[in-house]
Amino acid sequence: MSGGDLLHVVTNDDISKGRRAFGRALIWGSGALMLLVGLAQWAQLEGISSFGFPNWRPTLYAYCLWATCLCWGQVLINGEQGKRTLFVLPAALFVISLTVFPLLFGMVIAFSNWNLSNPDGRQFNGLDNVRQMLADPFYWNAMGNMVWYCAAILVEYAIAFALALALNAEIRARKFFRVAFLLPLMLSPVAVSWMIGKSMLVIQPAGPIIRLMRTLGWENPSFYSSPWMAKLTIMMMDAWTYIPFMMIMILAGLQSIPKELNEAAKVDGANPWRAFWEVTFPLMLPVSITAILIRIIFKLKLADIVIAVTSGGPGGATDTVTSFIFREYRDRSNVGYGTLLAMVYLVIIIIAMTALMKLAERYARPRT
Amino acid sequence: MTQVFHDAPVDRAFRPEWHTSRLVVYAVLLIWAVICLFPIYWTLTTSFKIAPNVMKGDMIPWVDYQPKWLGWRALGLSPDTIFTESTVRAEFFKRFTNSVIVSVVSSCLAVILGSLAAYGLSRFSFKFLWMRNSDISFFFLSQLILPPVVLALPFLVLYKELALLDTRVGLILLYTLSVLPIVIWIMRDQFSSIPTELEEAALVDGLSIWGAFATIILPIALPGMAAAFILSLVLTWNEYFFAALLTSTYSNTLPVMVASQTGSQGISWWSMAALSFAAILPLIIIGIFLERFIIKGMAAGAVK
Repeated sequence: MSGGDLLHVVTNDDISKGRRAFGRALIWGSGALMLLVGLAQWAQLEGISSFGFPNWRPTLYAYCLWATCLCWGQVLINGEQGKRTLFVLPAALFVISLTVFPLLFGMVIAFSNWNLSNPDGRQFNGLDNVRQMLADPFYWNAMGNMVWYCAAILVEYAIAFALALALNAEIRARKFFRVAFLLPLMLSPVAVSWMIGKSMLVIQPAGPIIRLMRTLGWENPSFYSSPWMAKLTIMMMDAWTYIPFMMIMILAGLQSIPKELNEAAKVDGANPWRAFWEVTFPLMLPVSITAILIRIIFKLKLADIVIAVTSGGPGGATDTVTSFIFREYRDRSNVGYGTLLAMVYLVIIIIAMTALMKLAERYARPRT
Repeated sequence: MTQVFHDAPVDRAFRPEWHTSRLVVYAVLLIWAVICLFPIYWTLTTSFKIAPNVMKGDMIPWVDYQPKWLGWRALGLSPDTIFTESTVRAEFFKRFTNSVIVSVVSSCLAVILGSLAAYGLSRFSFKFLWMRNSDISFFFLSQLILPPVVLALPFLVLYKELALLDTRVGLILLYTLSVLPIVIWIMRDQFSSIPTELEEAALVDGLSIWGAFATIILPIALPGMAAAFILSLVLTWNEYFFAALLTSTYSNTLPVMVASQTGSQGISWWSMAALSFAAILPLIIIGIFLERFIIKGMAAGAVK
């Protein structure tokens, strides 16, 4: 991004001293109020004194007040410059207060034994959770499953690319096909898991896919009994939902390729197969990488289908990290351990994604 | 009339190949269209079946079986029950309203916050501590990587303390957070394609920067905002994980209701089918009529 403003505005703000002082007072005053309310709350929690607060709501309201005053104060103090800050500041405050703060809070929880149903509340237990995690075969099993699930993206990508090519060809009823292909993405994964995962794959002996499999010669089709079959089924359902997403990104990329390039290849005597590999595919590389990276990000959040259909079974074969932590919380309501698992997951994701992005950057650079 | 000009034999030989390639393309498209549409069709038809039809696996209404309102009656939405009292229908509409309120409000919030931020980042240079514009953009977009499960348990505890558990406000806050990066992604692309001369002209004419934004830029960026809004709407409508964790009785959304019905009461396929179909119907309608915007939204950023 360029150094200076893209939009040059010349303003001669003359902000009076009083206004500036008022702005400062506003920010600091509301900040002090927030601190005061927070302290009072804490004092009540510790049993030092009672202010009759039923919960932490007052602190939340004080925080909202402070945030508003901070935004307003920007305009009061900095004039025109403050008005520009006002574009980004609300979103930034929102994101910071909703991610950074809970993350820091999560760090504290992660190293404690905290059962929400237990009246004793939080107990700091040092590295016990880490030790438990290292010895937890189901967690690492779920982690391994994630690798398989992510590997499935390559197949999804191939299918999505083929579909995008077909949609990009000169066809009739393009609008119909586009809408039809898009629909799976719109449906809620929970409904999908019922529609496909249960009603089409479970009803014996009449589920349509079961019947199809039987006509194709599979004696006794069952989709959730063997670990690999179950994993494949989950993969396919997830693919069904998300292939349209990749397809649309790739289609957008295909449409931005000038037609002349393919025509030139044809004139030079390349058959369609070669033209694809020598012209289209290399040109599509940056888009493909973006699509795959975004898809991986979405895949790492996969949970709905697993929770709704198999809840991890058989024997944890279909568990994703998210669904595993979800069950871990549901079954034992241990917040501390679950948070540690999630934190470790986050760290692994960040490392893996950074590495992938670095790698992608090297590959995606147009070759000359 | 005799033909005077013929194609060269080479060109004529080319035709069959062209036809086969056509055939392959249409075959691929049709097969995939069936794969996409069949589950929806199956759900719709199952909702009109009764037990023997389900067990026999009848496919086509009026040919294989006679459609019955059984599934919809269980939901209180069949013609003969629609005007009578029905607890299930009341429940369904409660969940439905929850879903509508939560998804619409959080999408609106995300679009407002996100477009403002994206506009600011595309026009001015900011400096906050060590962070410059590109760092701030990256900070926003990096939220996309954050898996929901990391925030889920801390939020559970925080919401418990704040008495926000099982409230719509709590869900709205989290949903806004989860779609904000996507909105910023789309809107950044949108704003950077609008030339700055437009605002400069407006500023010369005496509008303030916010005035210029509201009167000049906003109308131009409206299609992009619509795309971002609809995409957020779809994502928040379908969200299940947070809703399952953070709500229990009062502010459940539709996906939670669908999921909770799956396990219990010895699956009655027809009513589940009716429920699922009712839950996805709004999205199917959006998909059919606003497909243009969704594709636009998702294609943004794919092509620079």
